Amino acid sequence: MSQEHNMRRVTAIRNGTVIDHIPAGHAMRVLEMLGIDRTSSVPVSMVMNVPSKKMGTKDIIKVEDRELNQDELNRLALVAPDAHVAIIRAYSVAEKLTIELGDEITNVVRCTFSNCITTNLREPLPHRLKILSMAPLELRCHYCGRPQDLDELVNNVI
Amino acid sequence: MPGLITMDDLSNEEILSILEDAQRLLPVAEGNTYLPLLQGKILGNLFFEPSTRTRMSFETAMKRLGGDVVNLGDVKTSSVVKGETLFDTIQMVDGYTDIIAMRHPRQGAAQYAQDAARVPILNGGDGAGHHPTQTMLDLFTIQQAHGRLEGLTVILAGDLRYGRTVHSLSHALTRFGCELILASPSLLKMPAEIVSDLNAHGAKVTETEDLLGSIETADVVYMTRIQKERFADEDEYAKVAGAYKLHASNLDGAKENMIIMHPLPRVDEIHPSVDKTRHARYFEQAFNGVVARMALLCRLLNVEVPAKIGGDA
Repeated sequence: MSQEHNMRRVTAIRNGTVIDHIPAGHAMRVLEMLGIDRTSSVPVSMVMNVPSKKMGTKDIIKVEDRELNQDELNRLALVAPDAHVAIIRAYSVAEKLTIELGDEITNVVRCTFSNCITTNLREPLPHRLKILSMAPLELRCHYCGRPQDLDELVNNVI
Repeated sequence: MPGLITMDDLSNEEILSILEDAQRLLPVAEGNTYLPLLQGKILGNLFFEPSTRTRMSFETAMKRLGGDVVNLGDVKTSSVVKGETLFDTIQMVDGYTDIIAMRHPRQGAAQYAQDAARVPILNGGDGAGHHPTQTMLDLFTIQQAHGRLEGLTVILAGDLRYGRTVHSLSHALTRFGCELILASPSLLKMPAEIVSDLNAHGAKVTETEDLLGSIETADVVYMTRIQKERFADEDEYAKVAGAYKLHASNLDGAKENMIIMHPLPRVDEIHPSVDKTRHARYFEQAFNGVVARMALLCRLLNVEVPAKIGGDA
């Protein structure tokens, strides 16, 4: 099945963001990381487990009337570091965004270790996770040094 | 100015150079020579959880070098109990002192304090994280006994999961090419990420539950306390703890110059019969806390230790 066919599974959007090449089955986690839930008012379309030449199968999300910013891209990177992100304006791709995490993620998620100093939410210094490796994604807390459980991280989004 | 949060803050050359300073400072630590290198300097002792040796040896080290010490005192009567954040406490003490020694029950607290402070922080233990000043006195004790740090076989035994002293020490020893034997009950194994880091450094690391079976090969046996509260029931604790007790009779096949160390306090893991053997080094080790911390205080406060101290000075 072609890429074009995949994209036609859901209607083209006029303005907004398309997130393609999400690992199959991870679309729901991407929505969680972006804070998109039943309280969000923007239309969201999602396809899961569709064929992909590059990945075998993949998920795709289209968010209407909302353009992701760099902070949201950083969140996205935690669950779909190889995703392709396109900003759509007037039905055309206006911008292609790349996920570049650098060495550290700051104030995106809190450390998952229950005895880390940062679990005191009144402490004012930023939450910092160091990136040890991108593929597979390995993160450690800047303060306590503990490796981060990626499944748990979704619940610690700031 | 950076402090000492983990052993990664010191290169091997810096470690050896600080140990040389410590060796020269011995007569000062013993009280035989007065050398007020840190006169006019103030150490802030911030111990948010109980400490005997670390707190007292920092205080002794500062005073032997002519410096002064201010203490947080009992946490229960400080601002901490009123809900003050660590950030705010550090802002205050940072203004009162030239250097801070700190112990905190939360892991990562020392790094957090260093990020909040202008003065150097000496990590005196952060949760189950690191205890690098203990490592410096441990290395000093090992070097005193063996004349070197390189290429030794070291058994780390007991609670390797929660024991911060062995976390810092294992990192340092593997950097000097030591072979590590990690002897612990399965419940208290060294955290996987630390073993992974040690392996990444190319270290030879063996994990075992059999302490006594490895003693004949060891140059150093580093014992730690197994805490009862880590176990679901007392029978399980008694069974496990029994396998990690040293008695003088267990040392018959040990190398002549093998040393037994312990960060103290001990409970039952080293029988008093071991105290009289040539292997016991834990009380000297505790004394070395003063001299190692003297050398660290000088280094972090940028005060040079003279090449000759005492009668020849």
